[in-house]
Amino acid sequence: MEPVRQITGTAVPLRRADVDTDQIIPSEWLKRVERTGFGQGLFAEWRSDPEFVLNQPRYKGASVLVTGPNFGTGSSREHAVWALQDYGFRAVVSPSFADIFRTNCTKAGLLPVQVDADAAEALLAAVETDPAVVVTIDVEARTLLAAAAGVSTTFPLDDFTRWRFLEGLDDIGLSLRNEQKIVAYEAARPAWMPSAGRVAAT
Amino acid sequence: MERLASHNVGQQPQTLNDKLWDGHVVHQAEGEPDLLYIDLHLVHEVTSPQAFDGLRLAGRAVRRPDLTVATMDHNTPTIGLDLPLADPVSAKQIETLAANCAEFGVTLYPMGHAKQGIVHVIGPEQGLTQPGMTIVCGDSHTSTHGAFGALAFGIGTSEVEHVLATQTLPQRRPANMAVTIDGDLPAGVTAKDVILALIGRIGTGGGVGHVIEYRGSTIRSLSMEGRMTICNMSIEAGARAGMVAPDDTTFAWLEGRPHAPTGADWERALDHWRSLVTDEGAMFDKEVVIDATSLRPHVSWGTNPSQVVPIDGAVPDPDAIADAGQAESARRALTYMGLQAGTPMREVPVDTVFIGSCTNSRIEDLRAAAAVVDGRHISAGMRAMVVPGSMRVKADAEAEGLDRIFTAAGFEWRSAGCSMCLGMNPDQLAPQERCASTSNRNFEGRQGRGGRTHLVSPAVAAATALAGHFATPEDIR
Ligand code: SF4
Repeated sequence: MEPVRQITGTAVPLRRADVDTDQIIPSEWLKRVERTGFGQGLFAEWRSDPEFVLNQPRYKGASVLVTGPNFGTGSSREHAVWALQDYGFRAVVSPSFADIFRTNCTKAGLLPVQVDADAAEALLAAVETDPAVVVTIDVEARTLLAAAAGVSTTFPLDDFTRWRFLEGLDDIGLSLRNEQKIVAYEAARPAWMPSAGRVAAT
Repeated sequence: MERLASHNVGQQPQTLNDKLWDGHVVHQAEGEPDLLYIDLHLVHEVTSPQAFDGLRLAGRAVRRPDLTVATMDHNTPTIGLDLPLADPVSAKQIETLAANCAEFGVTLYPMGHAKQGIVHVIGPEQGLTQPGMTIVCGDSHTSTHGAFGALAFGIGTSEVEHVLATQTLPQRRPANMAVTIDGDLPAGVTAKDVILALIGRIGTGGGVGHVIEYRGSTIRSLSMEGRMTICNMSIEAGARAGMVAPDDTTFAWLEGRPHAPTGADWERALDHWRSLVTDEGAMFDKEVVIDATSLRPHVSWGTNPSQVVPIDGAVPDPDAIADAGQAESARRALTYMGLQAGTPMREVPVDTVFIGSCTNSRIEDLRAAAAVVDGRHISAGMRAMVVPGSMRVKADAEAEGLDRIFTAAGFEWRSAGCSMCLGMNPDQLAPQERCASTSNRNFEGRQGRGGRTHLVSPAVAAATALAGHFATPEDIR
């Protein structure tokens, strides 16, 4: 993944709770075998409404999505993260994220910014009124600043994940540093555990 | 020495989840996530192509093809298996999985194979899912396998690639949540109703960051199929995973399955499996208690799985919901679902019934539905479909004559797959069609654009197909 240090840009307000990954990218789009090109399918159903926030020209070019709690609930499809990234989002701000979605974000390099409900509400309200409000998210300092919205807050990001964002590190490479330990663990696994290649005679 | 969960003599009391976790830690360091060993990786066509691509780009192999099993389920048709797929994009995805499995040496149960089926149905069925294991799959309902006392959870495609390459996964230890369900279930109330009632109570975020252990006398007296139904929907409560400590019901179900240990190995395995319980005095971070004796069959009315009522109830009034956010999402849900507050659920007309999905497509589910429809016919204008969870379930059901009961009653009898659970293949709802579905998600458009999904048990789905509106088996007798 690409290093992410600071994100500065305008934001799109999506005032909805429990936005599930079926809404973020409908299953129709999951037939593709590529990792790119999902931006067109982002919120596909809702986008058929001309009033939907992503269809409003005043929110063109935004890089931050601000939304209600429990964002990304439901299916494990990482395509939801790819769709948000492909559309141009680099961070999602919400009072809470579903577990798998949050993990998928950190693997793919989309920054999940969890802020308290008051900060999220203030930001939503400000961006709904003025699409030009600029949001600055600093990964190193774990801060979100939107001066025009009167929001200055911190967000949780464990040291390890922060380091991976800052350096743009590949998780697989990091895990393989423990190759010796993996080999040792495998040597101690009981032989009776199931293997795809071995079927009991019936 | 065998690693895995120990008997834990003389240590702090531990939860089952913590035992499984500790038994699979390959590497632990301050400030880093734990690196967990993965005993079984299940793969399907939708969340794997980009992962295999990643391996190719980096010149990596699949580390343990022997611990990896693939099937085709999400995007496959459930009729006309001998015909070429009508949709070229779907066909390409299916061919891609076959090519990837051939290239990387992964066992595949392709479309039409006797062992093919929904990934969470075939793992247990083949005996690949066993107590004490860590199991992952690029699908959130991997939590199903927790019914056997395994730590099983869904992952995204980047993690699929990670497991393919390393057979490990960096993870943060989740918190422990106990859901204790005691008492005998009233007649007509099933495992599906238990889990819907729980989600209604704790909400779709109620389990976030936690692994749920289901405990209590109700759980102990449930069959493996019922336990799988409950663990399956842990994810709908927001939990990372769900699990049930293994017991004699588990062992009896597993014995003799193709991948189950045999002879002296079976005895060794049993010894280990019997240690997989939460120790007396172990602490949970959260606990919820449910009285099974007061439960009724449940039906969802909204667009997330916490929006449920007992079937004797009515569509709720959003104005009566105290929480402003929840009231707003209820209002939006009623508009989408085309429902009026106050309408008794039994008066809501239904035009489609889907019996299937990894929640309720096992033989016991089909038997329960068949018992209701036997000798009767679905109501006029109803479209009803049974999609067995696997080809093995299909064959077993046909051997018992269930297929004839269903087709005589006017149901379509299909081949195995996810089908209308997610509407990726041609089995879909048309806009505004209203479906009583035994699946797990009632999100907007989940079963087809504009379609309206109500989550129910197989018994209620069957009774509803006969009645033309939501009904219980007693209603139609
Ligand atoms: S049946 Fe439905 S929920 Fe289960 S794996 Fe298939 S699509 Fe997912």
